Amino acid sequence: MHGLVNRAIQCFVLDTYGTAAWEDITRRADLGFTAFEAMLHYDDALTDAVMDAAVGLLGKPGNELLEDLGTYLVSHPTQGAVRRLLRFSGADFIDFIHSLDDLPDRARLAVPDLGLPRLVLRDHTPSRFSLECHGSVSGFGQVLMGVLRAMADDYGALVLLEYQSTRAGVESLLIDVVEEAFAKGRSFELVTAPAGAP
Amino acid sequence: MKDLDDLDRFLDTMMPMHVLVGPTGHISHAGPTLRKLLPDGLVGMRFLEVFDIRRPRCDPSMKGLLSLAGRPLHLQFRNGDQTSFKGVLVSQPADQGVIVNLSFGISVIDAVGRYGLTNADFAPTDLTVEMLYLVEAKSAVMEESRDLNLRLQGAKIAAEEQAFTDTLTGLKNRRAMDHVLDRVLDYRTPFALMHLDLDYFKAVNDTMGHAAGDHVLQIVARALIDATRAGDTIARVGGDEFVLLLQGLTDRTRIENLAQNLIAALEKPIPFDGKDCRISASAGTTISIDYDDPEAAILMDDADVALYASKRAGRACHTFYAPMLRDTKDETRKTA
Repeated sequence: MHGLVNRAIQCFVLDTYGTAAWEDITRRADLGFTAFEAMLHYDDALTDAVMDAAVGLLGKPGNELLEDLGTYLVSHPTQGAVRRLLRFSGADFIDFIHSLDDLPDRARLAVPDLGLPRLVLRDHTPSRFSLECHGSVSGFGQVLMGVLRAMADDYGALVLLEYQSTRAGVESLLIDVVEEAFAKGRSFELVTAPAGAP
Repeated sequence: MKDLDDLDRFLDTMMPMHVLVGPTGHISHAGPTLRKLLPDGLVGMRFLEVFDIRRPRCDPSMKGLLSLAGRPLHLQFRNGDQTSFKGVLVSQPADQGVIVNLSFGISVIDAVGRYGLTNADFAPTDLTVEMLYLVEAKSAVMEESRDLNLRLQGAKIAAEEQAFTDTLTGLKNRRAMDHVLDRVLDYRTPFALMHLDLDYFKAVNDTMGHAAGDHVLQIVARALIDATRAGDTIARVGGDEFVLLLQGLTDRTRIENLAQNLIAALEKPIPFDGKDCRISASAGTTISIDYDDPEAAILMDDADVALYASKRAGRACHTFYAPMLRDTKDETRKTA
């Protein structure tokens, strides 16, 4: 598993549950170290061990933890980069939804060896979509639930999300956009530091 | 007139940074993104008053403009803004003027920041927003890689430090001494090389235990550091053997004094666990300027010969190397 994924889990636990919890998890998972390197690859078994240890220690079901992780990635102040990179995908939330199948390609442009699952988007009505995740990494759909929930908040949209039972290797999400401009979203500038006033 | 409005709408969507220039050279319409850049003055002004065509050079007339049709243009605002543009120009049918389409080219990041542009300011087919995404994503990834490199470099320095350090005393080890010796020989720095061996250390180890022995070695290391200067190199090269490389020191009197002071310091009783450990030291020194072509292995061996001359002379003393010492060395060396 890519170090970025492992590091995301690490930062999520550290920022949400504290250093002691994270160190406890690394001991339970028998990692032998306490910090993942974002730019290295690790054996998939390590990621599984960390998630199992986290579920055991934090007393929360795995799917909830994964969804929390997704929300954390978008909305936590220390993870601003992820939120910004996602906002490049669309000017409004519907645009963003329509570009979800591009997400793995976008990620690959930045990190060629990240290996996100393939995403297939279907629009059933202008405001009702389904998203399928095809990939070996089970649980990615749960993370995506959290990401979508947080991105809807970011754009100020009101959405209903439903995680559907999985077929072999496929996770499926239902996305219902109830109101696209429900609240005032967070602002987004294409370039962070203006190079000089106009 | 309706046709003209349709054309404007069509061009505004497809090319939000276009300029329509009439037959007199005046701007009749500009795309929404350009209007955002210059809210006060575009329509009605002469195109060449607003834009400076930097390359290729052309005659400042309608005829001059038409001569540039289809060629890549480099333009700038004349208002002092540093924003530069890439552009291409085509003539309108029936001598109705020209259409110029512009983009920011590689200066796009500055321009987007300066004018606060958003997704909506670029045509949906324009890859500018993707490019901005990529710049930001790559910067974030580079940042991570740079952090990783820094951590790896730190780990490498720590590992090298460990590989060159004797962990018990914190002195350098034999590998480190070999390195330093090679370097001073390369740089032809004059130096003295002193080989020092503890006397009666084995007795301390045997009667008072290894913990006492280790303690003594640490005290000895401290004494060696105190007696030498920061630029000198001290290595523990064996159980109770040390090598001192004294840079720039070739004066025999000063070296002799240093050796005597050192031996005196090491003979002070070392308290351990309520008892006193007593040791002394023998030393032998050779000096690099005594050689026409000093070589590391020969210098080390000569210092060793001088050390064993001290052992033969009854220990607790210091000897300078001299070739005559070799005549009697072989029987006693290694048994002392």
